[in-house]
Amino acid sequence: MSWIQDVFDPKSRSWEEMYRNRWAHDRVVRSTHGVNCTGSCSWNIHVKQGLVAWEYQALDYPRFDPDTPSYEPRGCQRGMSQSWYIYSALRVKYPYVRGALLDLWNEALITHGDPIAAWESLVTNDEKRAAWQKARGKGGFRRTTWNEVLPMLAAANLSTAARHGADRIIGFSPIPAMSMISYAAGARYLQLLGGVCLSFYDWYCDLPPASPEIWGEQTDVAESADWYKSRYVAVVGSNVLMTRTPDAHFLVEARHQGAKVVVFSPDFNQTSKVADEWVPIHQGQDGAFWMSATHVLLKEFHTDRRVAYFDDYMRRYTDGPILVELIDDGSGALRPGPMLRASSIGETKSEELSDWKLLVFDEELKLRMPMGTAGHRWQKKKGQWNLESRDARDGAEYTPKLTLFGASDEIAEIAIDDFTLPGPPRTLKRAVPARRVMTVNGPRLVTTSFDLLLAQYGVDRGLGKGEWPQSYDDASQPFTPAWQEQFTGVSAADVIRFAREWGDTAETTQGRCSIIIGAGVNHWYHNNLIYRACITALMITGCIGRSGGGWNHYVGQEKLAPQGSWAPIAFALDWGGPARLQNAPSFHYMHTDQWRYDRAFKDLCPVTDEKHPMATGHTADRQAMAVRNGWLPCFPQFDQPNRSVLEGARKSGTEDIGAYVAAQLRERKLRFSMEDPDNPQSWPRVFYIWRGNALQASAKGHEYFLRHYLGVDSAVIAEEQAKDDIRDVTWRDEAPRGKMDLIVDINFRMDTSALYSDVVLPSASWYEKDDLSSTDMHTYIHPLQKAVNPCWESKSDWQIFRDLAKHTQDLARAAKIPAFDDLVVTPLMHDTPAEIAQPAVRDWTRGECEPIPGRTMPNVTIVSRDYANIYNRFISVGPKFRDMGLGVHGTKYAVDDVYDEWLRSEPVETWDGRSYPSLREDRTACDVILRFAAETNGELAWRAFQNESEKSGRDHSHLAADTRGVRYSFDDLIQQPRRVFTTPFWTGITTGGRTYAGFAQNIEELLPWRTLSGRQHLYLDHEVYRAYGEHLPTYKPRPDQEAIGDLAVMQPQDGLVLNYLTPHGKWHIHSTYGDTLRMLTLSRGTEPAWMNDKDAASAGIKDNDWVEIVNDHGVVVTRACISARIPRGMCLIYHATERTTGTPKTTAREGKPMRGGAHNSLTRARLKPLFMIGGYAQFTWAFNYWGPQGINRDTYVVVRRMKGAPQW
Amino acid sequence: MVKLDVRAQVSMVFHLDKCIGCHTCSLACKNLWTERPGAEYMWWNNVETKPGTGYPSNWEDQDRWQGGWSVGQAPSPVLRSQGKLTGLLKLFYNANQPGLDDYYEPWTYRYSDLFDAPQGDVQPSAAPISQITGKPIDIKRGPNWDDDLGGSPLYAENDPNLASLTEDERKSLFEVERMTMMYLPRICNHCTNPACVAACPSGALYKRGEDGIVLVNQDACRGWRACVAACPYKKVFYNWKTGKSEKCILCYPRLETGQPPACFHSCVGRIRYMGVILYDASRIAEVANAPVEKLIDLQRSMLLDPNDPVVIAAAEENGVSAQLLAAAKQSPVWKFVREWELALPLHPEYRTLPMLFYVPPLVPVMGHREEGLYTRAGDRESIFNAIDEARLPVKYLASLFSAGDPEPVKAALRKLMAVRWHRRSLEFKTIDPQQILADAGLTVEQANAIYRLTALSTLEERFVLPPLQREEALSTFGDTAAEDCRQSCGLGRTM
Repeated sequence: MSWIQDVFDPKSRSWEEMYRNRWAHDRVVRSTHGVNCTGSCSWNIHVKQGLVAWEYQALDYPRFDPDTPSYEPRGCQRGMSQSWYIYSALRVKYPYVRGALLDLWNEALITHGDPIAAWESLVTNDEKRAAWQKARGKGGFRRTTWNEVLPMLAAANLSTAARHGADRIIGFSPIPAMSMISYAAGARYLQLLGGVCLSFYDWYCDLPPASPEIWGEQTDVAESADWYKSRYVAVVGSNVLMTRTPDAHFLVEARHQGAKVVVFSPDFNQTSKVADEWVPIHQGQDGAFWMSATHVLLKEFHTDRRVAYFDDYMRRYTDGPILVELIDDGSGALRPGPMLRASSIGETKSEELSDWKLLVFDEELKLRMPMGTAGHRWQKKKGQWNLESRDARDGAEYTPKLTLFGASDEIAEIAIDDFTLPGPPRTLKRAVPARRVMTVNGPRLVTTSFDLLLAQYGVDRGLGKGEWPQSYDDASQPFTPAWQEQFTGVSAADVIRFAREWGDTAETTQGRCSIIIGAGVNHWYHNNLIYRACITALMITGCIGRSGGGWNHYVGQEKLAPQGSWAPIAFALDWGGPARLQNAPSFHYMHTDQWRYDRAFKDLCPVTDEKHPMATGHTADRQAMAVRNGWLPCFPQFDQPNRSVLEGARKSGTEDIGAYVAAQLRERKLRFSMEDPDNPQSWPRVFYIWRGNALQASAKGHEYFLRHYLGVDSAVIAEEQAKDDIRDVTWRDEAPRGKMDLIVDINFRMDTSALYSDVVLPSASWYEKDDLSSTDMHTYIHPLQKAVNPCWESKSDWQIFRDLAKHTQDLARAAKIPAFDDLVVTPLMHDTPAEIAQPAVRDWTRGECEPIPGRTMPNVTIVSRDYANIYNRFISVGPKFRDMGLGVHGTKYAVDDVYDEWLRSEPVETWDGRSYPSLREDRTACDVILRFAAETNGELAWRAFQNESEKSGRDHSHLAADTRGVRYSFDDLIQQPRRVFTTPFWTGITTGGRTYAGFAQNIEELLPWRTLSGRQHLYLDHEVYRAYGEHLPTYKPRPDQEAIGDLAVMQPQDGLVLNYLTPHGKWHIHSTYGDTLRMLTLSRGTEPAWMNDKDAASAGIKDNDWVEIVNDHGVVVTRACISARIPRGMCLIYHATERTTGTPKTTAREGKPMRGGAHNSLTRARLKPLFMIGGYAQFTWAFNYWGPQGINRDTYVVVRRMKGAPQW
Repeated sequence: MVKLDVRAQVSMVFHLDKCIGCHTCSLACKNLWTERPGAEYMWWNNVETKPGTGYPSNWEDQDRWQGGWSVGQAPSPVLRSQGKLTGLLKLFYNANQPGLDDYYEPWTYRYSDLFDAPQGDVQPSAAPISQITGKPIDIKRGPNWDDDLGGSPLYAENDPNLASLTEDERKSLFEVERMTMMYLPRICNHCTNPACVAACPSGALYKRGEDGIVLVNQDACRGWRACVAACPYKKVFYNWKTGKSEKCILCYPRLETGQPPACFHSCVGRIRYMGVILYDASRIAEVANAPVEKLIDLQRSMLLDPNDPVVIAAAEENGVSAQLLAAAKQSPVWKFVREWELALPLHPEYRTLPMLFYVPPLVPVMGHREEGLYTRAGDRESIFNAIDEARLPVKYLASLFSAGDPEPVKAALRKLMAVRWHRRSLEFKTIDPQQILADAGLTVEQANAIYRLTALSTLEERFVLPPLQREEALSTFGDTAAEDCRQSCGLGRTM
C-alpha cells in the first residue's frame, strides 16, 4: 500500500470530461495582430460555436538555420489578450457621431438638401462649428448608421476640397507593415482625393537620424535570430525582455552559446536580469560612455596596435580614407571643411558630376577617385556604383590610404569644439597630419576623415602640436574614460575594461559585436550624437554588416517587406502621383501651435557657428526655411487653395507652371502655409485617424492638440514666448483654437482619440479581416485572417474606405464635379537625382539664388484628379502600375507581363471599357501585393537584381537564383509562414538559410551605401553639420530643466522635480492592450508612476498613493509605484496610457475639475533643426526617412501626493 | 532488495535563467481555464518577481499558513494543517486559509460610460468597479502586485527567503550596487506526495495513475477547502460560485491530444520542458520524512533511470506501457534533474515532493560605488564573472530550491557558467575550458548536450509528451466487444 493512491479507474473519473469540453473548439484560423508592434507573430485563433474563444501561438515556422534557435513560439502576453477586446464593453460595435454635430447636420440637410452645401453651412458658421467642437471628448455620442454617416464624410471631404483644397484633409495611421492593407485603405483613398498622409516613425522619435546620417538608410537591422550569432551584445536604451518579448530568447540563448551581455540602463530593468553586467548609467548619457570607449578602442586597436581586420574594413567600407579640406574659419584657425571634390582638382574636374565625386590617396600618395559615390550613382554612365578599390577613371586597383600619419608634408593645427559644458563651446587646438594639394582654387591642406576622427577623439600619435589628453585619467579633455565619469556615473576603469573586451571580441570573431539600441537613447534631443557615438565604435571594429554584429535599432522601426508593390497601391501612384506625404513632426509642431510656446533653440543646442542661418534663431523659422528650400514638405500647401494658384497660372497664359509658382513665391504673393500657420487659410480642416491613437498616444503635446486642433479646454498653462524670436513666420497675436472642422476615428476600441473625435466608425479587429504583416524582427510574412466575420456593424478598414470612396463618387457625380488638374508641390527626394541638387545652402528669399523648382525650391507637378471615378480607381490597379514598372530606392523591375497574366486569370474590374486587376476585396488586395513584390515573387527579385547589377557593374543575381521560380500567394501564407526573398531593396541576405543582418549586401556584394561617398560616414561635411559642430561624432550635454522650460510657470518648489521618462511598457503595445482587463489586472489597475523609494519618501509619497504629476503642459493623475530599482531623480510612466480607463479628475488647474491627463499631457514636441536640411546626398528627405523627430525624453515634472480621495 | 513500485509521471523543468518575466504563460492559462465567474482570481499559472511576496501574498510563510508536511516521531510525515483531531474541526473554519486580502478583489471598469455618458463638462472615464459586488473599488492588491520589484520596500523586503541573509546583506540588496531580480513562474507541482490530496475529507482529490496529474473531482468536491490550506504552494483555489475547489489540471485535455499544456506551449522565453519521469512510489514516505539536509539527494534518488533494465522490468510489471517507457528515455526532465543535476525542486522542505524542477538563474555581477562612481566587482581580466560575485546571494537561491543548502545551487550555477566558457572557447583560443568543465563536473559531451537543450532545442526536444493512450480508458470500461465504445468514454456526454 503506497502513501498516496493513484487513481486509474476511468469510471470514477468520468467528470474529467468537464474540462475536456471547455478545451474543445470548432475551428482554428491563422492570423496575427495589426497593432503598432514589430512582433508580427503568427497566431492560431480558436473559434468555438462561432465565437473567438482564445488564441495560441503558431509553432510551425519553417526552420532555416540548424545552428540557430527557432522562432517558435512568437507572441506575448499582450497579443494573447486580443480576444478580450472582441466582445468587450470597450468594443466599438456601431458607428457613432457626436450628438451636437448630428443634430446640426440633419437640420442642415433638411435646409439645404445638397450635402455639400449642408456641410459648408455648418463649418462657415462659427457658432455652429463651436457647438460640436466644444463637446469633443465630453460624452454625448449618438449611435448612427453607415448610410447616415458616410454621406456626411463624403460631403465634408468634397466641401473642404472645393473651398480650401483637398490638402486640408489629413490622415494619420502608423506603421503600415503590421496590417498593410488596412493602412493602404485610408492612404489610397486620401491620395486619390488629394489629401495628406502624415508620417509616424520620425514623429514617434523612433527614426534614428544617425542612420541616414551615416548610411543614407532609414533603418535596416538584424532579425532577432541573428543576435544569436553575436559574441558580445551591448544593450543600450533598449529593454529587450520587456518590449521585444518574442525575440528576447535569442538574446538569452546567445549567452549560453558564449556571448557576453552588458546592459546599460539607469534603472534595473527587466533585461538587466539576464546581463553579465548591468551598467547603471545616468539616463541620456550613453553617448559620453561610448565616446570614451571609442577613445580607448582607437588608441589601443588602431594606434598602439593596428588590427589588420579593423584597418582593412575601415579602408573598404568607411569614408576613413576620403580626403577632407582644411579651411580657414575666418578667424585664422583651420577647421575641417568639405570633402575634397573631384571638381576641385584639375585632372578630375571635368568628370561627370565631379562636384559629387571624392578623392583619396593611395598608398603611393597618388590621388585616386573611388567609385560608388553619389556622383557615380547619378551619372549617366552606369556600372561604377560599387565599392571595388579601383580608380573610377582607369579601373586601376589601388589601396586607399587610411591615414597620412608618417606621410604628411605638414602637421596642421585644427580647431575642435568641445561642448562638455553648457553654453558656447570651448575651442581646442589639435594636430592632424596633412598634405598640400593644388586645387582649382589654389593650394589646400587636406587630411583624411580617419585622421580627423583621431584628433576629434583626442588620440595623440605624438604629432606634437595642440592640447591632448595626457592619459585615460585626464578628465580635462574630451573624450577620455575619466572625462565621461562626470556624465555617466560609471568609473573610468569600467569603460576601459569594456572597450578592451569589445575590441578583443570583434578582432577574434571578425566583427561579431552588436549593439541593441532603442528609445531609451533615441528619444533625447541630441539622440543622433548618442547613436553616432555607438555606431562609430561598431564601424571602427568592423562590426557593421556582419552576421552577429552591428547596430540593431529596435524602436518603432518597421519593415514592410513587399514595399515595391505595396507603396504604389497605398499611395495611389498607380493612378497618378506624386503623393502628398507630410513629415508629422513639422506638421504638428507648426499646426498645433507648439512653436508659439518655444523660445529660440540656442539653449537646447549649442553650436559652433551661430552666424550660419540654419544654426540660429527659432525652430519655426528654420522649418519655414526648410520648406522654402525644398528640404521638407509643407501641407496644407499654401495660404490659398492650390486650385486658385493653378487658375492664376493658366490665366497668366504661361506654359511653365513651376516658374509661375516660383515667381509668385518670390514676390510673396503666395506663401507656404507653414510661413503663416495661424492664418485660417493655412489650417488643416479634416482629420482621419485609423489604426492609431493620433490624439493621445501619438500626440506629443496632447494638451496643445486639445487646445489648438480640437478647441476644447486643456491643462496647458505654458506661456507663449516665440513672438520676439520669430523672424520669418508670421506672428498673430491670437492663437486659433479649434482648427479642425471634423475628426473621424476608425477603431475597434474606444480609446482617447475615439473619445475626442466627432465620428467613430467601428472597424473589424484583427481576427475579423484579411491583411498582411511583416517585420524586421524576423523574415517571414504573415497573413491576418478572418476567424469570424466582422462583429456587429464593423467593417475592415479596407471596406470602410472603399465604401467611403463609393459615397464620395456618388456625391461627386450628383454634384457633377468634373475631372480636374491639381498642383502638387513636393520636396527634393532621397534616392532621386535631387540628392545632388544643393551643394550649398542658398536661400532664394534672400536673393542668394533663383527659386528653381526641383533645385532650390520644391518640385511642382500637375496631377489629374477624378472624384467622379474615385471608387472605380480605388478598386482597380491603375495603368501606371503596369507601364512604369515597380521599384524601391531607384532600383526597378518590370511587371507588365505579370499584370497581363493577372488580367487573364484573377479577379478584375472593368469600367469605361478597360479592365484592371481588382482591389475590391481585402484578400484580393493581399494577393496583388504578394504577386507583384520582389520579396514574395522570386522572378521579380531576380529582375530587380538584374537592374541593380547594371548600376553597380557587378553581378548580384546569384542572390535570387535559388528562388527565381518561387512565388507566394495568400493561400500559401495561410498554410505556413514563408520567408521573404533577398532583394536589392533591403540590405541583408537570407539566401541559403542565413539569418538576416543589415548591410550584409554592402559588405559582401560591394554595393555602396546611399550616401555622399557611398561608404559609411564618420565625417559629415555638410555646411550645416559643420556649423552645428556635429561634423564628427561628439558629445553635447542634455538640456537641463531651465533650458527646457517645462517648469517656467509651475514652480519647481511646488513638489518633487523629476526627469520624466516614458519607456515602452510591459502591459501594452503603445496604448493598445493597456486598457484590457487582462493587462490592467496583471499590472496595478492603472499604469502607475514608478519612482525611487527615497525620492518618494522625501515627498511624503507611499506606494499606491494617488499622485498628481504636473508641468506647464498638463496634469497626470495616477498612482505611485515605489521601487528601489528606479534611481533617484527620475520617474517613469510606461508609454502609453489612456485617459479613458481608471483616470480620476484633477483640480490642479485653478481648482476647476477636469479629467486627469494621459502620459502625453506632460510632453511637447521639440525639433532639432539640424535634421531639416535637404537636397544633399543622404541629407535628402523621404517619408519617415529623414527630418526632425518629435523629441520627448528631455521633460521635467513636479510630482506630489494628491489631496483627498480620487473623484471619478 | 526492496521491490520497486514504479510509477510514471509527467514532470516538468522551468529554466529560470531563460525566464523573461512576460506572463504569457499566465494569460494562456487564464483565457482557457479560469475566465469565468468564481474563478476570476484564480491564477493556476502565475509569475512572481523575486525577491517579492508573490501570490497569494506571502504564500511562502508556512508559519502562518501551515501548509505542507512536517516530520516528527512518526515514520511518515504529517500534514501541518491538520493534526488528527483538528482536521475535522477545521472543516468548518480554517484560520490558515488565505482571504480576499491575501488574494485580491477582482475588478473591472465601467467601460460603457465611454459610450453612454451624456454631453457634460468633463471627459468621461471608465471607473474601476468590483467584479464581485459591482460597486466602485479602490484597487489595493492584484495577482501580480509586486511585479518587477513594484513597491519593493513593502514587498520585496518582506520576502521570507531573505531571512537567511544578514541584516547588511538584506539592506544592500536594495541598493543599486547589488540589487537584482529574477522571475519565478509557478503552477501546481503535481507532487508525488501532495498535501492537498491527503487533506481532502471527501476524497475528491486524486493523482491520475497514468500520468500523475493531481485533480479535484468536481463531482465529488464538497468545498471543505482543506486542500487550499494544506497546499504549501497555495495552488488550489476555491471557486466561490460553484462552491468547489479547482486547480491546475496540467491541461490534460491537451496532453491527451498530444499537445503541451497551454502555459508550456505559449512560453515565449522557451524555458519550459516536459517529460516522463519514472519514480519509486514505495519510497515516498521515507523520502518525505527525511532530515532536511538529505531532501535533495533522496528526492533525486527516488527518480528512476529509464534505461535501467531492472527499472524497466518493474515498470512493465506495474503496467507502465511500452510507449511511456520509450518517452521516459527521451525525457528532458530526466536529463536536467538527474543526469546533469541542474534542476531543483521549489521548497523541498515542504516535503510534498514536487514534480516540477527549476534551473536556478545566473544574475549580473555585483558592483560598488565610490564617490558616486559605479564600478563592477570582481576579476577584471575575466569576461564572465564568478558565481560568488553574483548580485543574488546563493543563500537566497538555496532558500528557494534546496532547503537552505547552498551546494546544490552552486553546483548547478557552476555548470551553467562552465557551459558558457566551453562554448566561448570554441572560438576564443585564449580560453582553456578544461579546468572549468572539470571543476563543474562536466564532460565536453555533457556541456554540448546542456547547451543544445538549453539554447537550440526544438519543440519536440523540449516537450517529450506522455503518450496517454486514451484507448486504454475505453477497455477498462469493459465493453470493448461493442462495435464502438466511444460513447461510454465521453462522446455524447454534455456538461
